[in-house]
Amino acid sequence: MTKEQVRQAILDILTEIAPDEDIHSISDDGNLRDQIDLDSMDFLDIVMELRKRFNIEVPEKDYEFLATMSSCVNYLFPLLGDRKLAS
Amino acid sequence: MVYDAIIIGAGLSGLAGGIRLALFDKKVLIVEKHTVVGGLNSFYTRKSRTFDVGLHAMTNYSPAGQRRSPLGKLLKQLRFRHEEFRLCQQETSEIRFPEKSLHFNNDFEYLKQEIAEQFPDQIDGFLKLLEKIENYDELSLVNNAPVSAKDVMSEYLSDPLLIDMLFCPLAYYGSAREQDMDFYQFVIMFKSVFVEGFSKPEGGMNYILNLMVEKYRRLGGEMQMGNGVKSIRTQNGKAVGLVLDDDSELQAKTILSSAGYLETLRLCDPAPAELKEVKAGQMTFMESIFVLDQLPKDLGYDQSIVFFSLNSKFQYRSPKIPIDPDSGVLCCPNNFQYPSPLPEGILRLTHQANYDYWNELPRKDYIAAKKEQRAQALEKLFKIFPNFSESVVFLDSFTPKTIEKYTGHLNGAVYGAPEKSKNGQTPYENLFICGTDQGFLGIIGATLSGISMANLHILKN
Ligand SMILES: Cc1cc2nc3c(=O)[nH]c(=O)nc-3n(C[C@H](O)[C@H](O)[C@H](O)COP(=O)(O)OP(=O)(O)OC[C@H]3O[C@@H](n4cnc5c(N)ncnc54)[C@H](O)[C@@H]3O)c2cc1C
Repeated sequence: MTKEQVRQAILDILTEIAPDEDIHSISDDGNLRDQIDLDSMDFLDIVMELRKRFNIEVPEKDYEFLATMSSCVNYLFPLLGDRKLAS
Repeated sequence: MVYDAIIIGAGLSGLAGGIRLALFDKKVLIVEKHTVVGGLNSFYTRKSRTFDVGLHAMTNYSPAGQRRSPLGKLLKQLRFRHEEFRLCQQETSEIRFPEKSLHFNNDFEYLKQEIAEQFPDQIDGFLKLLEKIENYDELSLVNNAPVSAKDVMSEYLSDPLLIDMLFCPLAYYGSAREQDMDFYQFVIMFKSVFVEGFSKPEGGMNYILNLMVEKYRRLGGEMQMGNGVKSIRTQNGKAVGLVLDDDSELQAKTILSSAGYLETLRLCDPAPAELKEVKAGQMTFMESIFVLDQLPKDLGYDQSIVFFSLNSKFQYRSPKIPIDPDSGVLCCPNNFQYPSPLPEGILRLTHQANYDYWNELPRKDYIAAKKEQRAQALEKLFKIFPNFSESVVFLDSFTPKTIEKYTGHLNGAVYGAPEKSKNGQTPYENLFICGTDQGFLGIIGATLSGISMANLHILKN
C-alpha cells in the first residue's frame, strides 16, 4: 500500500463508523477527536476495524498515534506498507 | 467447537452484545429460554392485536446527529441510522400529585419553567442540583459505595413535595431500590427522563427487536431459541461449559449473561459461596392494558405519560397489599407524534405490586384476583381522571408472576437487584453479566449495557 492508500483505508473505516460526518473535510494535522466528534468508543471501533480488515493489532498504549490523520498514516504505513490492496 | 462468546438471553442487552461481537467476526451464540426474543421488553398477541409488554416509552430521546448522547452511542455502536429506529417523540407528560402538577416534554427548559412557576422558592436549589447532576460521572464502571439520591436531593431542595414529585417518575422508570435510589442511578434516570425525554418507535418494540435480530443474524451471529441454560459448569474460578435444557453441552471462551446477577450465580455448578450474600430485588409491577373504542384525547386523556400519586407523600416499595392503587403510571401510546395515528385508542396502567401475594395465590383464584385488583385500581384512578370504563373493548393484565415466568427475573423484579455489578464481574474470571443487574436500566440502558460489557470484556482483549 502507498501512503495515499493507507489514508484512504482510514477514511473508509471512519465512513463506516461515523456515516453522518463529513469525512472529506478532515485536515491531516487537526485532532480527529475534535474534527468528527469521536469518543473512546469510536477509537475502539477504529482499532477493531483495523484488526478485522488488515489483521493488525494496535495495543492500547499506541492509541495516541491515532490522534490525527497524519499520525495515523505514519503509524500504520510501516505496518501496511507491504500489503497489497484486495482487488 | 468452542465459541468466542455465548450470551445468555435474547433480551435487549443480549442482542446488543451479540451484534457488537458479530460485527467483529467473533463466533457468538445467543441462547434464549423462550421462543420469543425481547425478555422484559417483548410483545405478545391476543385476539389479533399485538401488545408491547415492557414499552411505555423509550427514554433518552436525542435527535439525529448526536453521537455522544446515550441514544447516539447506541446507534453508532450497533451501526444503525437514527431514521431506522423510527422514533416518534412524546407530546407532553405530567407528574400529578394532590397539591400540584408539573408538566414536561423533550425540551428540558419547559420543566425548569414549570418548577419556577409551581415552586418559586425551590428553583434556585433546583438549578444548583442540576449543576451537580450535569457534572456527575454517572457512567463510571467502578463500584463505589452507594450514595442516597434522597439525601442529595434534600441538600438542595427543602420542599418534600418537590422531592417526591421528581423522585416518582425516576423511581418508576428505573429504581431497583425501595424508597430511594443510588445517586448515580438517579443521575442516569434524571437525564434519561427529564433532560432527554420520551419517544416511541413506530411499529412498537416488535419492530426494534426485529431490526436487531436481523442485523445480528446477517452478521453471522447464531441463536438458539426455546432452549435455556440449565447450568454453568465451573472449575477453579472459571466457567468451563454450559448445559442447556435439552442436556446438550456447549463451550465458550467467555460467557455474558443477561439473566440477572443472582439468577446467573444460581446457574453455576457447583454453587458459589457468594450466592448467600446476594439479595434479590423486590420492586415489581402489575400492568393493565385497555383498548378503547375512542381516542384517549376524546375521553380527556391528553398527556403522553402521567406519573401520579393520590397522596402527597409518595411511596415506592413492595406494598403490603396485592397492588398499591394510590400511585401509578398511566401511559397513552396514542399521544406520541406518530406520522399516522394508531388504529385504536390504548391506555396502560402500571402499579407497584407485591410479588409474594401473586406467587402464593392458588391457580384457581388468580384470574379473579387480577380482575378484582384491576377494578380497585380503576376506582381510585377515576377519582382524579375521567372514567373510561364504557369505552373499553378489550383488556388484559399481567402480574409479577407473569414477569417472572417470561423473563426469569426472581420476584419478577423488573429492575433486578438493588446492588449492581457495574463492571459486570462475577466470581468467575470468564463469566460476566450484562443488562439489568449491571446497572444500566430500561430499554436504552440495557442495550448500552450489552454494548459496553461486550466491549470491555471481549473486544478489548
Ligand atoms: C411492565 C414493564 C414496563 C417497562 N417499561 C419500560 C419503559 O417504558 N421504558 C424503558 O426504557 N424500559 C421499560 N421497562 C424495562 C426494560 O424492559 C428492561 O430494563 C430491559 O428490557 C431489560 O433488558 P435486559 O436485556 O437487561 O433483560 P431481559 O429483557 O430480562 O433479558 C434477559 C433474557 O434472558 C433470558 N433468560 C433468563 N434466564 C435464562 C436462562 N437460564 N437461559 C436462557 N435464557 C435465559 C430471559 O428469558 C430474557 O429473554 C419495562 C419493563 C417491564 C416489565
